[in-house]
Amino acid sequence: MSKKTKSNDAAMAMDSGMEISKKTSTILSVVLAILAVLFLIPILLVLMNSFKGKLYISDAPFTFPTAKTFAGIGNFIEGVTKTGFLSAFGYSLFITVASVAAIVLFTSMTAWWITRVKGKFTNALYYLFVFAMIVPFQMVMFPMVKIANMLYLDNPVGIVLIYLGFGAGLSVFMFCGFVKSIPVSLEEAAMIDGCNPIQIFFQIIWPILKPTAITVAILNAMWVWNDYLLPYLVLGTEYKTIPIAVQYLQGGYGSIDMGAMMAVLVLAVIPIIVFYMSCQKYIIKGVAAGAVKG
Amino acid sequence: MQKTYKKYFAIFALPTLIAFIIAFLAPFVIGIVLSFCNFTTIVDAQFTGLDNYIKIFQTDEFINAFIFTVKFTIVSVVTINVLAFALAYALTRGIKGTNLFRTVFFMPNLIGGIVLGYIWQILINGVLAKFGVTITADATYGFWGLVILMNWQMIGYMMIIYIAGIQNISNDVMEAAKIDGAGKWQTLWKITIPMVMPSITICLFLTLTNSFKLFDQNLALTAGAPGKATEMLGLNIYSTFYGRVGWEGAGQAKAVIFFLVVAAIALTQLYLTRRKEVEN
Repeated sequence: MSKKTKSNDAAMAMDSGMEISKKTSTILSVVLAILAVLFLIPILLVLMNSFKGKLYISDAPFTFPTAKTFAGIGNFIEGVTKTGFLSAFGYSLFITVASVAAIVLFTSMTAWWITRVKGKFTNALYYLFVFAMIVPFQMVMFPMVKIANMLYLDNPVGIVLIYLGFGAGLSVFMFCGFVKSIPVSLEEAAMIDGCNPIQIFFQIIWPILKPTAITVAILNAMWVWNDYLLPYLVLGTEYKTIPIAVQYLQGGYGSIDMGAMMAVLVLAVIPIIVFYMSCQKYIIKGVAAGAVKG
Repeated sequence: MQKTYKKYFAIFALPTLIAFIIAFLAPFVIGIVLSFCNFTTIVDAQFTGLDNYIKIFQTDEFINAFIFTVKFTIVSVVTINVLAFALAYALTRGIKGTNLFRTVFFMPNLIGGIVLGYIWQILINGVLAKFGVTITADATYGFWGLVILMNWQMIGYMMIIYIAGIQNISNDVMEAAKIDGAGKWQTLWKITIPMVMPSITICLFLTLTNSFKLFDQNLALTAGAPGKATEMLGLNIYSTFYGRVGWEGAGQAKAVIFFLVVAAIALTQLYLTRRKEVEN
């Protein structure tokens, strides 16, 4: 791995056309290493405290667990049962996967359609989607929740429709930016060969759209997985997602159980780290690509 | 071809459009109307003109949240962008372990606001415990707590965008600068920064709007305590809607003002920095 990293680093330096002396490079490495440790400390601190008895956490949060303060996995058991963490994980996973799938499929189809069919209506639609990107959630929050209740969308399946609608702005915008760069001649040839628009979209356009689809999927997954207010208001506490479960632990009466809190925070971070480690390449690329188009 | 495509409206555009109307368009229009009404549910709305807008300025609460939000946004935007750019610059000098550093710095961004808020609450309270106080003892602690948290979360994201921008600068330009005898600082100010202007535009946009709209982190870290001293606009609107019976109309009026301010900030900033962009 080190070999690969090295060549990457060298390539990066060449890209920017600036190489620095060995001494500066060493100093820089040390400074960055210290910073990296500082970046990790908050997470490591929570991890360390999750193994301490709840009474010892606020007293001495910066000490390692000792024989006296070590609580084993007691906090984890308590945290999981108090918040219903396993079902929260299930709801979070289902809502995220279903919403992201719906967003990627439907907004790519819509983006292609409004780019190809030129006219006042599609133009107006495009600007409406762009406009939706800058409207803060609080603006539509109250009426949206009422409408969701009236239409029986206040459950893990119904909320997918809400996410599709509220996430459509950014996703349609990003897909449109890419569709514009695809030459129409490809589609004309396919049409002469007797393809209908559905075949054209899924057999010709979809494979070309894939990189953008991955970017859109990652940006939306990050949003939906971590979203708190929208699912809390739409679903209530009947179907708790992970952020709702964490907040629920705090919101209860009396003092918070710090041990359970630590354990739940650790459990909430683990899936994110696993996801990050397994698709890091796509995530970082997706973020950079998403920014260029935004 | 257009004509054939047009017929497929129901398949390609309708599903998104229905969801968009339910989740965004209808609530948006209803929201504007409701801001001029008195209501507790939507169906019992009665037109009251500008009453809601007058009501929210009769106490200092909204103004205070506004001032706190503006201060927080200014400090966060400046610190995040300066630090993220510095990191991006350092990580494009070809030093060892660049990929590892990038991985670590970006990671906090994936953790959601609620979880982040509690992680930092514990850390900050642990430090403040040495002085016998907690984060909710004084608004200053909450303010800087939020700034640090936001930096921790956003620096990595902006760093990735700046790295992409710096790597996009063509070698020829850098070579030419070198041959012309430009020093490191000169190259940075006269070439690198103007050339990454598109990245600066997008990073400013993202940090500005995200800081201004911050909600989850605010709720988890301090929940506005002490009193309402660390309450930002998003949280203030939320507690007006759901924390005070009879104030739903006022909450909606605040939301409309919030929307107008966010839109104005975003558009002004995009206009100003886009003008500074140069051809790469």
